Amino acid sequence: MSQGESATPLGKVRGLGSAHRGGGHWLEERFTSVVLVVLSLWLLFSLLMLPDLSFGILKEWLSSAWGAIPMTLFVVTAFKHGLDGLKVVVDDYVHDEGNRIALHYLLTMAAIAGGSVALFALAKIVFGPAAA
Amino acid sequence: MNSTAERPLSPHLTIWKWGPGMTVSILHRLTGGALTVAGLAVLAWWLTAVAGGEASYGEFAKLAQSPAGMIVLVGLTWAFWQHFFSGLRHLVLDTGAGFELKVNRFWAIMTLVGSLLATAITWYLLVGVGK
Repeated sequence: MSQGESATPLGKVRGLGSAHRGGGHWLEERFTSVVLVVLSLWLLFSLLMLPDLSFGILKEWLSSAWGAIPMTLFVVTAFKHGLDGLKVVVDDYVHDEGNRIALHYLLTMAAIAGGSVALFALAKIVFGPAAA
Repeated sequence: MNSTAERPLSPHLTIWKWGPGMTVSILHRLTGGALTVAGLAVLAWWLTAVAGGEASYGEFAKLAQSPAGMIVLVGLTWAFWQHFFSGLRHLVLDTGAGFELKVNRFWAIMTLVGSLLATAITWYLLVGVGK
């Protein structure tokens, strides 16, 4: 594959190496991992800082902007990062190209479905009736 | 190429010893898989339980506090910390640093020590404040 002299090292690695793909995917997985370092620690410390984990406290926390916005970002980033990771596992162990693509489709659909369930629940918490 | 020729194989393919680096490497993959499949399922379930109101959250909390629920939650906590520390190590390795034999081995072992310690501290804090 000829890219000419002007192709940058980054351009070459973004899906145009000898494997024809993977460079961009690799970079994205690193990006979501760095974001998750921050967001997962946020989630853990938030849970530890709450007075308790009763329904009322959780509902109030998740309904607030300080709970709902980072939680939305956490759900999206965690499902994306998990999907990227499982795709790599499939790439490593499934050698038939048809099966590989089929599994990628299934994993992508499962991740979007799971993420949607979590985000819908969060939306219901935020926009639903206040805690009784 | 004559495929029947008896060609010698590189010895490194057959002679090797299990080490901490390999343990941490496969644990990174296993914990990542567990966190994605079980961890994200619990996350979605937990949010759905809160969204369903007090009664549905009560059912979730009861299950979470059962022996089986606690095993899953403590297991996921350990998986999280192992993947967290191992992931930080990978980000350093991605820069090309930390491949010297002793340094590499040291930090591989430290992720194992760190994840166990962090799991213990996390649950000490969770149980300690009466949650």
